[in-house]
Amino acid sequence: MIPVSVRFFGRRALQLVIVVLGIAITNFFLLRLAPGDAAQVLAGEAGSATPEYLAALRKQFGLDQPLPVQFALYLRNLLSLNLGFSFRQGLPVLELIAQRLPATLLLMGTSITFALLVGSAMGVAAARRAGRATDTVISSIALLFYATPVFWTGIMLIVVFSVWLDWLPVGGMTSIERGYTGLAYLKDVAAHLVIPATTLGLFFLAVYTRLMRAAMIDVQQQDFVRTAVAKGLRPGRIAYRHVVRNALLPVLTMLGVQVGAVLGGAVLVETVFSWPGLGRLAFEALFQRDLNLLLGILLCSSVVVVLANAAIDFLYTVLDPRIELS
Amino acid sequence: MGEPVLSVDGLSVRFDRKGGALTAVDGLSFDISAGETLAIVGESGCGKSLTALALLGLVAAPGRIEGRSVKLQGRDILGLEGEALRRLRGNRIAMIFQEPMTALNPVLTIGEQIIEAITAHEDISHQKARDRAVSLLDRVRIADPRRRVNDYPHHLSGGMRQRVMIAIALACNPALLVADEPTTALDVTIQSQILELLDQIKRESGTAILLITHDLGVVSEYSDRVLVMYAGRKVEERTTRDLLKSPLHPYTRGLIAARPGRHHVNGLRTRLSEIPGMVPSLAEMPHGCGFAARCSFVVDACRIARPPLIPVGADGAVACLRIEEARASEHAAARCDAY
Repeated sequence: MIPVSVRFFGRRALQLVIVVLGIAITNFFLLRLAPGDAAQVLAGEAGSATPEYLAALRKQFGLDQPLPVQFALYLRNLLSLNLGFSFRQGLPVLELIAQRLPATLLLMGTSITFALLVGSAMGVAAARRAGRATDTVISSIALLFYATPVFWTGIMLIVVFSVWLDWLPVGGMTSIERGYTGLAYLKDVAAHLVIPATTLGLFFLAVYTRLMRAAMIDVQQQDFVRTAVAKGLRPGRIAYRHVVRNALLPVLTMLGVQVGAVLGGAVLVETVFSWPGLGRLAFEALFQRDLNLLLGILLCSSVVVVLANAAIDFLYTVLDPRIELS
Repeated sequence: MGEPVLSVDGLSVRFDRKGGALTAVDGLSFDISAGETLAIVGESGCGKSLTALALLGLVAAPGRIEGRSVKLQGRDILGLEGEALRRLRGNRIAMIFQEPMTALNPVLTIGEQIIEAITAHEDISHQKARDRAVSLLDRVRIADPRRRVNDYPHHLSGGMRQRVMIAIALACNPALLVADEPTTALDVTIQSQILELLDQIKRESGTAILLITHDLGVVSEYSDRVLVMYAGRKVEERTTRDLLKSPLHPYTRGLIAARPGRHHVNGLRTRLSEIPGMVPSLAEMPHGCGFAARCSFVVDACRIARPPLIPVGADGAVACLRIEEARASEHAAARCDAY
């Protein structure tokens, strides 16, 4: 008898493969629908777009093959985990992604953690004082964050904290010129991380604040909360042990849905703050018609999203005993 | 019997709203002694559940609890707030609710939910509280309590969950146990088991029980005294025996007559009798007797002022001006039946 958890992870792994393969195939054809290719862009930049030069480039990149052949090649490479070569950057796609992925994961992870922790705390505080001044202030702040465009928040944060106050760096991920190592390096990265992570996180913070507040108020009406009051539990214990625990479930669902959106938001934020992550790489690849690289990044993003959702499903079973691994 | 465990004097629950407050429970007074079960009966909306909630200060805004006094073991607990009220709840007064399916937190084990009821009031180690949780589960007749203590509510049936609720209620040996329709949501076979259990606990520990119900069958088997409520007021309070044998208030009589399955004439079942009309809404409560509009014995005096509670027998009372007439008609009806 195979343990339930092993079967759970086995099934999730199979699902992951199917989903990612589906996404890869869709992306492949979708990108081929876009006008232009890498050869055109390269030739255009070189300024000598003769038909012969274009043909030579296409032959070199394998773009002269019929679409089914290209697709078969792509699939074969994919199954052997070969994401191809970025002719534009002159490096294997996998290597490029490996260079950039940690930065993006750091940015995403920090943003989501920040949004989730602060947003939940604000939601809890607002719900416990629903209808009073604290609630009004928190709800207004959340609405403000919700409605503010991300790029504007980013620029304003730079203006205030980098330019006026000179507390934080303007962009990038490290102060290369300082050559920090060890703890000083970590502190340097953390200082660079503050503004981009806040910018990316504020919108989601607003979402979690509102969601948590609504979920708390909903759970507070439940019978078991009345039981908890009738047992003579302290108000703090009722709020955190009984209400928050149950109110976290819808927040968690939303988190799963939004991992993809956070990744999408990272593209914009990385561009604004010249953060050396996948988002900016994807942005560049798109404009240079570097389809191999773009396909690789999209594939990698879908793996991240699918893995994050699997992790959240697992977290569900921890938080809610009614949901069992199956 | 000595001093009552609970002595309620003039308890009211009002809801403030535009155009004046609504009175859902109106000047209710009653006593319960140790080891005694007082049943409060009445139809939906008569204020019986609110009375139960009011005793634990569980009436949510805009509801307002008023009264002269609510004394628990001689100490006035009316108007207690904050920490003092918290220390009372679950400790001196415990409550069992109607819906066992939703009254337990789905994400905590039943053990955790019993343990926290203990540690909220007593400064004992977690291990000791856990041992007590196991013995409480044993006391409410849950088989294999050592294993069951780690179960989540969704592992248990409705009857089992209600037993867990009772275990939680008993956690700190309360002086008063308030059971708000504890068996309404359960199967008939489970109902009697739960009520037997409550009865046994009462006999073992001498806890006073306030049993809120609409089921006269439950009343007849498991209560010592009955308080009949109508439209937020007490209309009759008698010992269970007396009330069932000779109900005095026309409403009580209607209630007893409306019980299914007891009307046999020459071995044939007759139609269920019913009380005509509807309960007046709280906003249109008449000045006089709340039952006047539905009562077949009504006279003008009933509509002018609220009928006072008239003592009946040793410790009974009834709020009706027309007891004698009602009694006479009953005798007449009994004579009719005899022929």
